[in-house]
Amino acid sequence: MEPQAGFEQIVLPHLDAAYNLARWLAGNDHDAEDIAQEACVRAWQFFGGYRGGNSRAWLLTIVRNTAYTWLKKNRPQTMVTLTDDDLAEVEDTAGQGRAFQNADVPVLRAALEELPLEFREALVLRELEGLSYKEIADIAEVPLGTVMSRLARARRQLQTVFHRKGDVSK
Amino acid sequence: MNCSEASLLLHAYTDGELDLVRSLDVEKHLQTCAACATQNRGLLSLRAALRTPDFAYRAPQSLRKKVRQISRTPDEKPRLTRMPWLWQWLATGATALAVLTLMLRPAGPSDRDLLANEMVANHVRSLMVGHLTDVVSSDQHTVKPWFNGKLDFAPDVKDFAAQGFPLVGGRLDYLNGRAVAALVYRRNQHFINIFVWPADRAGADKTATENRRGYNLINRDVNGLHYALVSDLNLAELSQLADLIGK
Repeated sequence: MEPQAGFEQIVLPHLDAAYNLARWLAGNDHDAEDIAQEACVRAWQFFGGYRGGNSRAWLLTIVRNTAYTWLKKNRPQTMVTLTDDDLAEVEDTAGQGRAFQNADVPVLRAALEELPLEFREALVLRELEGLSYKEIADIAEVPLGTVMSRLARARRQLQTVFHRKGDVSK
Repeated sequence: MNCSEASLLLHAYTDGELDLVRSLDVEKHLQTCAACATQNRGLLSLRAALRTPDFAYRAPQSLRKKVRQISRTPDEKPRLTRMPWLWQWLATGATALAVLTLMLRPAGPSDRDLLANEMVANHVRSLMVGHLTDVVSSDQHTVKPWFNGKLDFAPDVKDFAAQGFPLVGGRLDYLNGRAVAALVYRRNQHFINIFVWPADRAGADKTATENRRGYNLINRDVNGLHYALVSDLNLAELSQLADLIGK
């Protein structure tokens, strides 16, 4: 197979997933498109090293690394990431049993956008892309246990933030 | 299972990442505990909300077009062919590094260290990703034949339920550069993985006992097979099980 045809077969089916991850990490359309494009260029450059296997996880790993490099360069202030040990437990258990409705979408979206980078990334890969803990661990280069705790904290924080926002908007 | 244990496992449970035994434990708890059941419904509702199309961005056509161009533009050939000198240089560097690494080897982690870490990692993973056992049975006559044809040795499988260590099942695992048998036992709420492989392989201390990241490890050679026990169970009780194998 021509490398070019192989590349398009591998990458194009996952372009929505690649863009979606870039969009949630970057926060706006314009930067997301730049990051996704840059990631695809890198994917083409690394294509000689692609040895088969999970092509979606392979591409998402490149998107994730491209996004982090981009964010470090262009928005260093958002990269003040906390180590997982520092991330305080959300003690507020309010809203944990909350049922979400259609009308909640804008508030929920804003709450997701406000999550710390690593939390947002874990949640997007798990809930929006349906990846397993193992796949997320490989992409984010952290142990499985860290994936599990990030997801748990992300959701708890989302429920709490949402709960507060909900109170304010009422 | 109490509420604090359940809430710890609830996320992995709704994500389908728990092994069968723990999954059933959580399910049982949810049937009797209204608070945890509410929390579980909240998680499912959050998931359903996040999985609506409102949250999934789709790649714009402009991006799709640009990506199609990438592999058709001569300038953007894979770097492997574009910069052979760089790769040669990198290869030289890599060889030098490999030689250096070999020379420095004694300062790095020993084979024994690596193996012990690998065993703990396999143990933790087996509890986490819904893959504790391939064959679930407390019957040694079911578990032992299950390994037939999957391994080039026959691990001795016994049920020690009478001594307080019921057999949970068995699994294939990969350790120390080979396929190994993993026997799973249970002591109250603690799971124990016993990795078994032919004893002549180097790398494992024959009788080493140690504690690593809070997990206890015991190694034993019995009848030409090496048994490595890993668990968060206390050392005294884990030793009891090791002695039972040795009998």
